[in-house]
Formats: sequence, structure tokens, C-alpha cells
Amino acid sequence: MKRIQLKEIAHARSGDKGNTVNIGVFAKKKAYYPYLVEQMTAEKVKKFFQGLVFGEVVRYELPNIEGLNFVCKEALDGGGSQSLRVDNLGKCFGSNILRFEIEVPDDFSL
Amino acid sequence: MKKVRIGAGQGFYGDSFDGAVMNAKYGNLDYLAFDALAELTMAILAKNKFQHPELGYTRDIGLAMQALLPLMKKNKFKMLTNAGGLNPHAAKEVVLHVAKKMGIHDIKVAVVTGDDIKPRISELQDAGVDFTDLETAKPFTKEIEEKLLFANAYLGAKPLVEALRQGADIVISGRTTDTAQFLAPLIYEFGWEEDDWDRLASGVFMGHLLECSAQSTGGNFSADWQSIENFEQIGYPIAEVSENGEFVITKVEGSGGLVNAQTVKEQMLYEIHDPANYITPDVVVDITNVTLEEIAPNQVKVTGVKGKERPKDLKVVAGYDDGYMGQVIVGFSWPDALEKAKKAEEIIYRIMEKKSITFEKMHVDYIGFNSLHGPLAHDAGDPNEVYLRMAVKTYDKKKADNFFRLFPPLALNGPPTMSTFGQIPTRQLLGMWSFLVPRKLIESHVTISMSEVGEPV
Repeated sequence: MKRIQLKEIAHARSGDKGNTVNIGVFAKKKAYYPYLVEQMTAEKVKKFFQGLVFGEVVRYELPNIEGLNFVCKEALDGGGSQSLRVDNLGKCFGSNILRFEIEVPDDFSL
Repeated sequence: MKKVRIGAGQGFYGDSFDGAVMNAKYGNLDYLAFDALAELTMAILAKNKFQHPELGYTRDIGLAMQALLPLMKKNKFKMLTNAGGLNPHAAKEVVLHVAKKMGIHDIKVAVVTGDDIKPRISELQDAGVDFTDLETAKPFTKEIEEKLLFANAYLGAKPLVEALRQGADIVISGRTTDTAQFLAPLIYEFGWEEDDWDRLASGVFMGHLLECSAQSTGGNFSADWQSIENFEQIGYPIAEVSENGEFVITKVEGSGGLVNAQTVKEQMLYEIHDPANYITPDVVVDITNVTLEEIAPNQVKVTGVKGKERPKDLKVVAGYDDGYMGQVIVGFSWPDALEKAKKAEEIIYRIMEKKSITFEKMHVDYIGFNSLHGPLAHDAGDPNEVYLRMAVKTYDKKKADNFFRLFPPLALNGPPTMSTFGQIPTRQLLGMWSFLVPRKLIESHVTISMSEVGEPV
């Protein structure tokens, strides 16, 4: 097995609502989707965002578009209009997650 | 078979209208729909209205109308916008004024009100409405109430449909859902029933894909963003909708940007929580069976949207004054840029301690290293430059303004190479408060009024 970065096999966009950020993650090809479903559990994503996300992370599966939706609570320092962060609207969570590491077989090629 | 073409005109207050004009000119539109309001926008409008009672709407509506009214007459489409914000009648006056000035006649402008519940807080409390905040479960206090800047219920498409039925060419509302302007024309044109959940859901979802302007046509696209051409003339999305609710997302031929399954997918989940239960005033939308099909270049067909019965309550979002943010940004050069920034930060803390300056809250970033990543930032080596950003929260605006004054002396008295942008204006912070109100308590107060150009108003 080897490890690759999520950005090789997926794309993502994040958005805000109050103090919650959601991150849509989409497999670039159908064949990549099972890796996301298997390895990107809500627990692992919460751990990945340690220090940015303080609440619960809930995952929704959308096999129809090879997508996962992560809803992250207490993620915006109070919310867009209250936050002292530069990324007060959580636009960068979608790029942050692209560094998530995925384990693939040694002979895996894009 | 009848089809209705709806074009996107605006994704937020401050958005470019170039895409709207392009859609109006070349989009072969039946309707041009706008979403001008965000939570932060409502706060800006509340402040505007407090200082100048004749304001409180998104002021770019005047410029937009100058460009779009002649095209509307020429190409025979209608427009729907929530640019009215906290003062829809004032926004209407602007539209009428622009029309008269440009010599454009025979335009009916409808105004929808009833979303603003700030004057009705105690009445709703007496009626037993639970004001507990949905997000934090905190109880509503007198203190919060006194600091409220706005409180608006999200209206759905229903009053907008009624305005179209009364012959409106332009419908101006306040706080509607982002998608209402897009759904209303479909209900009006196709005569969809109030409980035709699947079709209504399809209309809402279409609106969702259009309400953030170019975010479904290649803007803010993370997959292969380098392949997006001509961002400077990016096309805003257009939906061609069939009577059964299915639709095709496209854009004006020759415009910049891209429409494919990937660009549509990214917008599909944007600001969505449970994809099987996306709640709107008109219907609960389920997108877990949606199919996206690339049927031609820059054309994606969307099918399979399901709907469930609409909720009994409407959501109110209120904003309250939560103090001020002062922020200072100063830069340091290689070598040891990050180390210099950290030293400057430490000096500021010591000066604050000596002068007994305290704040409610502080936040520190090293721009170029971790300001967009926070604790997720990886080791950056010894970067060419790093900017120290220090942000403070305080309830005293003057204190926020004065925070900057601590920094200029460091240019001579601190670590080497400090450079600054100068002072950054203090920003008001806003707390959000949301709760549910029984639909009938809101809908009984919704009004629709019509004006015509030339009429005394």
C-alpha cells in the first residue's frame, strides 16, 4: 500500500451557515469513490480538522454523484460575521481537506 | 413542449452585473433572477437604514437597472430580486426613478413585504413563539433583544408567484430564500400545484444551482481550475426548465467559464447540510437521487430531484451587535521572516501588559504561513516573507481603532524589516440568532403592492 493526497483523486468545495461549515468532496472518477467512502470517515475528518473544528462532524453519502458531504459544527469561530479569522466564511476548508491522505494499492495509477 | 429559461443575475450584494447583462442580451431569457442578500448583507443594510431611513436596500440595484431595463423591454423577460433588503419600497422607488429617467414606460413593479419581524418580537413572544437559538440552544435574552439589528423570516416563492399573477414585470422583495426568485416563475408559468413536491423540489434545486452566480459555471472551482477560460467574462448560469421539472444548466455561448458535471457538483452541495432534507419554505428537497448528464459542451441535464411536504414553520434569522474587530497587518522579510513576526507579536503582548490593555478576544495569524490553514498549516521552511496579523475583539470601537497605534514604533524599535499597509478600518461584528416561527404568523402579514411607471406613488 502507498499513501496519496486526496487532491489526486478528488475535488472539493466548502461553504458556511452560521458556525457550521460543510465540505463537499467529489471523486474525480467513479473508480476512486470507494476509497473515499471507506477511508474518509466522519471521525477521521474530525481528527484531521483538529484545532479548526470543535463540534460534531456528520457525513452524508451521495453515491449518485460520487460525493461525500461533511457537515462540521463549531467550525467558524462563532460564524462568518463574528469570526476573527481571515477565512471567516470557511472557503478554504475545501482546499485544506485535499491534503487528507488516502491509502491505495502499490500498483494504483491515476 | 413549453420550456422556461431562467438566467442568474447576481450572487451577492457587490457581485458583478456583467454576467447578468450577458444573460439579458444573449440568453434568450424568460426571467432574470437575483439573490442579493446574505446574513452579513442584512447587517450592512440595517446600519444604512439606521443612519438614513430612506436606505436599507442593496444600492447597486440602481446601476443594475440602468443596464438591464432597456434589455428587459427589448428582449421581453421579467426580473425578480430580493434587493429590497430591509426597505423594499425604497428599492422600488429607485427602479421607478431609473425607468422614468431613461424614458421607459409600461413597467409594473411589485413589492413584497412581511419578512421583517423585528417590530413584531413582543407580539410573537406573546403568541408563544420559542426564540431559543437553533444553533446554540441558548435562550433569548433582553440583552440580545436590545442589540438586535434585524430579524427577518425567510419567505418562499408564494408571494412572488402572486406578484407575477398580478402582472408584475419586476418583483422586489426583502428576505426571501436564495432560491425563491428562481422557483416562482416556474410555478407561475407551469401552474405547478402547491403539493407537487417533486417538481417544486426540482425548481428549488435549479435555483440553488443558479443563486451563487458563476459558482456553477467555473467560478471558485477546485478540480481543474487552470482549465477555466476567460474568468473576466465568465458566463452566469442559465437553466432551461421543462414542465416536468427536469432542467438543463448552460451559459451564453462564447462566454467565459465552464459548465460540466464537476462544476455543477461543486455547487450542488454548497451550503447544503443533509442532502436528503434540504429545507425550504416551499418544499423539503432530496438530491440523493439526482443524476447529472453532460448532453453537449457546456450543457448539463439534471433529473431525479425528489421533494417532500413543506415544513410547518418558517425560519427567522436575526443579527445582533456583537462588538468590533480591529486588525493590524505588518510584514517581515527573509531571512527569519516567521521568527521576526513572532518576536513582534511577543513585543505587542508585553506592551499591552505594561499599558494594561486587554481585549475580549485575540486572534493571531502569520500570513504566508497559516492564515488560511490555522493549525493545519505544514512547515513552510524559511519563507521569503511573512505578515503578522493580529486581530482583536472589543465592545469599544475606539479601542479597536487604537490597536493599530501600538505597531508603527516597532519599525524602528523592533525586529528588522517591518513594513505595513497602514491602518485597516475597524469592522463591526455581528452575532446571529435563528429560530422557527409558525408559518401562519408570518404569512398573514405578507403584502404585495404594485406600482407602474408614470403613476404617482
